[in-house]
This record gives sequence, C-alpha cells and structure tokens, in this order.
Amino acid sequence: MTERTMDRAGTRPAIVTLEGVTKRFPGIVANDRIDLAIHAGEVHVLLGENGAGKSTLIGMLSGLQQPDAGRILVDGAEMAIRSPSHALSLGIGTVFQHNMLVPSLTVAENLALGGRWWQRPAIAELTQRVAAIAAPLGIEINLGARVSELSLGEQQQVEIVRALLRDSRLLILDEATSMLTPQGIAELGALMRRLVERGLAVVFITHKLAEAAEFGDRVSVLKLGRKVGEIPPERLRSLDQAALVEEIVAMMFGRQAGSAAVMIPPRAANDDALLEVRDLAVARTADAPGLDAISFTVGHGEILGIAGIDGNGQKQLAEALAGQRATAGGSVLLAGEALDGLDVGGRRRRGLRYLTDDRLAEGTVGTFPVSINYVLKQIGEPPFWRSGVERTGEIDARAAELTRLYDVRTPSIATPVGRLSGGNIQKVLIARELATGVRAVIFNKPTYGLDLSNTLATRERIREIASQGMAVLLISTDLEELLSMCHRIAVISQGRLAGTVRNEDSAGERVGRLMIGLAA
Amino acid sequence: MDGLLSTSFLAALLFGAVTAAIPLLLAGLGEQMSEKAGVLNIGIEGMMIAGAYLGFVGAYYSESFWLGFLAGAAGGVAVAALMALLCVRIGLNQIVIGIALTLGLEGLTALLHHFQFSRSYPRLPAAAVTPIPLLSDIPVLGPALFRHHLIVYLAVAAVWVMIWVYRRTQLGLNLQAAGDKPAALDVAGIDVVRTRTAAVLFTGAMAGLGGAYLANVGAGLFIPFITNGAGFLGIVLAMLARGRPLWVLAGALIFGGCLSVTTAAQVAGVNIPTDLIQMLPFLAVMAMLVLFGRRASLPAALGIPYERGAR
Repeated sequence: MTERTMDRAGTRPAIVTLEGVTKRFPGIVANDRIDLAIHAGEVHVLLGENGAGKSTLIGMLSGLQQPDAGRILVDGAEMAIRSPSHALSLGIGTVFQHNMLVPSLTVAENLALGGRWWQRPAIAELTQRVAAIAAPLGIEINLGARVSELSLGEQQQVEIVRALLRDSRLLILDEATSMLTPQGIAELGALMRRLVERGLAVVFITHKLAEAAEFGDRVSVLKLGRKVGEIPPERLRSLDQAALVEEIVAMMFGRQAGSAAVMIPPRAANDDALLEVRDLAVARTADAPGLDAISFTVGHGEILGIAGIDGNGQKQLAEALAGQRATAGGSVLLAGEALDGLDVGGRRRRGLRYLTDDRLAEGTVGTFPVSINYVLKQIGEPPFWRSGVERTGEIDARAAELTRLYDVRTPSIATPVGRLSGGNIQKVLIARELATGVRAVIFNKPTYGLDLSNTLATRERIREIASQGMAVLLISTDLEELLSMCHRIAVISQGRLAGTVRNEDSAGERVGRLMIGLAA
Repeated sequence: MDGLLSTSFLAALLFGAVTAAIPLLLAGLGEQMSEKAGVLNIGIEGMMIAGAYLGFVGAYYSESFWLGFLAGAAGGVAVAALMALLCVRIGLNQIVIGIALTLGLEGLTALLHHFQFSRSYPRLPAAAVTPIPLLSDIPVLGPALFRHHLIVYLAVAAVWVMIWVYRRTQLGLNLQAAGDKPAALDVAGIDVVRTRTAAVLFTGAMAGLGGAYLANVGAGLFIPFITNGAGFLGIVLAMLARGRPLWVLAGALIFGGCLSVTTAAQVAGVNIPTDLIQMLPFLAVMAMLVLFGRRASLPAALGIPYERGAR
C-alpha cells in the first residue's frame, strides 16, 4: 500500500524475513528453525496439517508470542515484534482464525477500537476512510450493523478492511476459509488477488491443498513444526493444477495418497439384520427438527451411510439410537432384541456404541487425563473400580495398552485429553468405544475437523470394524467419504429418510438428487 | 399506626430511602464498570468497608466531610489496587481473591477501630445539607429529595456521566471490548490489563466513597461490619442492570426504599418482629432475581483473566 512498495513491486522486496525461528512449548517444539521470506505482491500460502505449527508462526509475526531462537527481519532490519500493537505499527495486520471482533459492538465501533481512550470515536472520519478502502476492493461494509448480526464471511471482510485501515503492508489470513461457504471462499480468493495487485503481501494459512494450489503465488509446506518444502512462483506457474497438488502431497506426507480412495470392505453375503430400526420418531424442538418414521436395517459387516445436509436430523437420529434422546415412538432392535427402554449404559453393554461428533464437549472430559477418558463410561465398574475405590494400576495398564493399540500420540497417559490434537482425541474416543464388546457402531461425522492423515486412519478403522462383522451406521455430510466406503447410502432430509441407494457407479448422482428433493 | 400515613412520616421515609440508596448506587455504578471490563469484583464489600473506616477516621480527625470522602475513596482505591494486582495482572481467581479481601478488611477495620476507640463509638456532627432552591420547598418531596448533602446530587449526576462514558467515548468501547472479547482489544493495540486495572480502581474509588457516605452521612459513626452486605447488593444491582447505569439507579432506589421501610417500621413501632423486618431488603433481592435474573446477560469474558496468546 505504501508508495515505496508500489514503486518496487516489480522487484518484490521481502517485507518480513524469518531466519531459523524456533518456538518451544512444554513437551513440543512448535516451530523448528523456520526460514521464510514474505514478499510484496505475492500470496504466500502456508500449508500444513493440524499441529504443523502454522498458528504459532502467525502468533510470532503478529506479536502474540516471542520466538525462543532465530531472528525476524522487517524491511531487512532485525526486529523483535513485542506486541500486537507493535506488529500493527510495523504494517503487519492479522485476520485470526477465530475472529477478533466484539460481537456486542457495531462494525463502526469495532473499527474505532484502539483509539486513545480520552478521544471520542471518530465515526464520521472512519466512514470516509472505510468507503475509500472498501469500494475499490468490491467490499460492502455496513458500519451501523452489530457484528453479531453479520455472517462469518462479512465479519472477515470487516477484519480485512480494519487491517487496511491501519495501513498494513502485510496481511496474514489464518485459516480464513474454514468457516466460509464455497461462494465466500471464491470471493476471498478474488479479494486476495486484488490486494496483491495493489502491492500488498498476503500470507494465507490453510490446511486445504486445493486452496493452496488455487490461490497461492508461492507455497511453503509445514510439517510437525518444520518447513519441509517451498514452491517458488516460477515453479508454481510452470506446473498444472494436478501436478502441483501431487508435488505438495509428496512434501506433506512423503507418499502419494488420494484423500478419498474408494475401498468398500468385502462382506460375506447374509441377510440377517444386526441393527434394525422400525418407525423411529422423535418430537421436534424449537431448534432441531424431529424424526419421522425412520426405518432401516444394517447387516453384519455392513456400512450404511446416512447422507444429508447438516441439521436435517442426523444428530437426533444418532442420539435417539444411543439412548441419549427420548423417542416418540418406534423401536430399535439389536440382533433381534429390543433396546427400547434401555438407557445409554444399557445399550452400551448390549454392544451398541456411539461416537459423537462433539469430541471435546460431549465425548471427553478435557481436563481429565487420557487414562481416565478411556474408562469414562465404565466408572465404578470392575476391574477399574473395586468396592468404589479407583484401581489406578488397572486403569493405567489399560490406558497404556489402548494408547499403543490405537496409536494415540500423547506425551503421557496423564496428559489432560483436551491438550491433544483433534485427531488424537478421536483416537481416544475410538479406543474407548470400540476396544471390547462391540456389535453395532454409530459414527457421527467421524472425520470432521481432522487433518488428512487422521482422516484416512479413521476411515481405515471404520472399514476394519465392518470387516470384523459389526454393523456400522456412518453419518456424514461428506458425500465423497460415504461413497468411498459404504455398502448402501440412505439420505436424510427434514427428519425423514428420503431413500436408500446401493453404492454403485451412479450412486453419487442419485444421492445428490435425493438430497435436493428429487426422486433417485 | 396513625403515624404511618402522616406527611412528615412519608417525607422521612423517602429521605431515608435516598440516604440508604446512595451507597448502593455508588457501589453498583462502580461494580458495573468492573463487570463491563470483565472483572467480577467480589472484593467490593471489602473496598466499601475500607472506605467506611478511612472515611470516618479522615472526617473525625480533619473535621471535614470532604477530606473524609477523599480518604474513603483512597481507601477503596488501595484495596482495589491489591485486587487489580492479584486478579488482573497475575490472573488469580477473582472470586477467591474477592472473598479473601472482603473478609480480611472486615476483620482489619474492626481491629483498627478497636485499637483506636476501644469500645466507644464517637459520632460525627450531622452532615451539612445543601437544599436546592425552589425544589426543596415542595411539600413532602422537597425535604425528602432535595435537602441532602452535596455528594448525593453528585452521585446521582454520576449516573449520567457513566451513560455518556459508555455510549459516547472511546473509553466506553474499550471497556466493553475488554469484557466481551479481550483478545480483540489486545490486537487492536490497547492494553487489556491496563484497561481492566483502570476499571477496578474506579470501582474501588466509588465503593470507598459509598462506604464513607454510609459511615459519615448515613450513620454518623463507624461500627465494625457497618456495610452489612451493601457491596454485595451493589453486585446484584450491577448484574441486574445489564450494563445500564439508569437501571442501577432504579434498583438502588428500590433497595434503599426497602431499607428505609425497615427503619421506619421499627421507629413507628409496627408490631412485627425486627428480625423479619430486617429481612425485607434481602427478600427484595431474591424477588428481583427471580423476576429479572434469568434475563441478566453478562459480558462473555466476565471472571476470566486475560492472558495474551492463550488458547
């Protein structure tokens, strides 16, 4: 934005350079000797999975954290970025993954935050400056609207405009697309292009390959705190999309892996229904649809997918089956025995297991150690408790075994489970629910929010369960996921099953038609 | 019982209501600022009793009510500074520290008073009133509402000052951001710890002033535990007011009215046990909480210490 960078946009000077930057947290090295140069006029993509160290890197650039070793250079001079306000004064503006707007204030008031406390907020002047910045970028900002009334995409635009109001030359967008609709993502991509054309530098952090390939001028790949590769603009331009994705995947995983490889577990022909649901009904509530006449069967070794747009009764179905939600009629049978009237514990003991999509709030107790979380649903039961007394030895032995079997990456079994990454929390849940006595399993969005390698591992685990002869009900909003592993796919729409499709060649299209209300 | 209906009794009742409401108003306005900024200031009862004690001692030795108020406010600020250090800067639990400060200062002031005055309870002369011309001549309402110490009018004026601060100033925005989303304030370049510290110190000043008024004007003397929950009533008022200073004023007048009825009923010799009558203000608290408490909406980050970069 400043004249100087505009003049030299052709030579692309580095605004910020990182040299050997290292940051340690208790138990982990979040960033290990990172070298990075951020140039004006470029969208620099930082790509990496959950826990690769992207957020820590941003924290240091935006003044929230200080590096333990290495140096940060701004315009070629070494500089300690002491605080967020210092970062702003250096021209580094950040749009954080979790937005930094005060929901109870209006847009104008949010933009005015940061003025001297004795001054009156200069709303009139602000209105002019916002118009001057937003109009050329094609952004519309309603200054009078309360932030809590805006969509996430609109909130993000407000934050970008705020960064530009402070004369940022470097704009950092942290996981900016994670909460946007496809339309919003495309708009953000166009906006980033217009920003770099004006001479700004943009750092775009993402864990999605396709976005990196589509939006980036330069791509740096982080893995486990290290920078494992960089694709400079010249190289990036010479590759086509597919070759680029392949190259990035090779950097990220050191192996070629498609995310949605189709592998339907083989299944011995049998017609016995292991899990049977007849005319299940749940009353609707103020904020959730009810269920109406849901009937289906899942056989031994079968994976039945439940497809549908989120919020059409998936959670209600899962909770009604697990016994967590009162039903208004119908029955659930497991191997011919009715489960109606049994509570959560009773159904669990019969072999019906439910893996919630809400891993942190509902699935685990974040402050409890990993070891206790493994036996959370057996509290008070032998061998882990005897006569009401906790047998630490039994619990720890069990925890150590499950940690090994399910490849849970945790510093120790005494670590609070809330400190683990999403993928590892999911592994703890899977270990707890599936280690013993399983007959039928309900998975609700099992790979939601997981990075690629954990997603693949989870899918492999689900296939494994089915090939052992269990019944699997897989609820997912990711159609590719369902198509990659289900035998049959049912579509749920407004609390009813709209139809069931065998997973054959044209299944994707037929499920899609059912989802939008057409006959398959 | 005839006395209950006479005009002079009614005037005394209203006068008492205002006198009882002022400490609650000051405490409520002070607490409101802390809560807006995200600090649940349970220590306000301790700040009030410190203000009551120092306010009384200040006025007693200097023989000036204004120096007394100044000393009271300073006492409140001193306790608030300790609270700000422990809860805002170091980030300790606000509830635990608040209770500790309250209990500690109740004991400390009682002890100091005992050392100084043993078992005697010296009184201050009656505070000078500043009647407002013309208005004070209205029958009943005049003597009830417009013949008070100057600080009463100042306290009521403070309500509108607070409204102006919250609605119109940068400071108001900063305070609200500190309570609703401190990280947003931090990345906007404003120091969250400083903003919250300032809010807590203001609470201390207001609570100290309220305590000094309670001792010097309301009672005319200091007795241990004189605040008797007034600070806690201030917390209730601030929570029910949902950030609006006018509601604090309204609530303070309602509770003040209850306290005044309590006194008046005893003076008038109503044949109800005193213990029951003294429960009235607290029953009013419970009734108001039942009626309005559900709708109380508090700042999102209330009670949570801010740590930069914490997830």
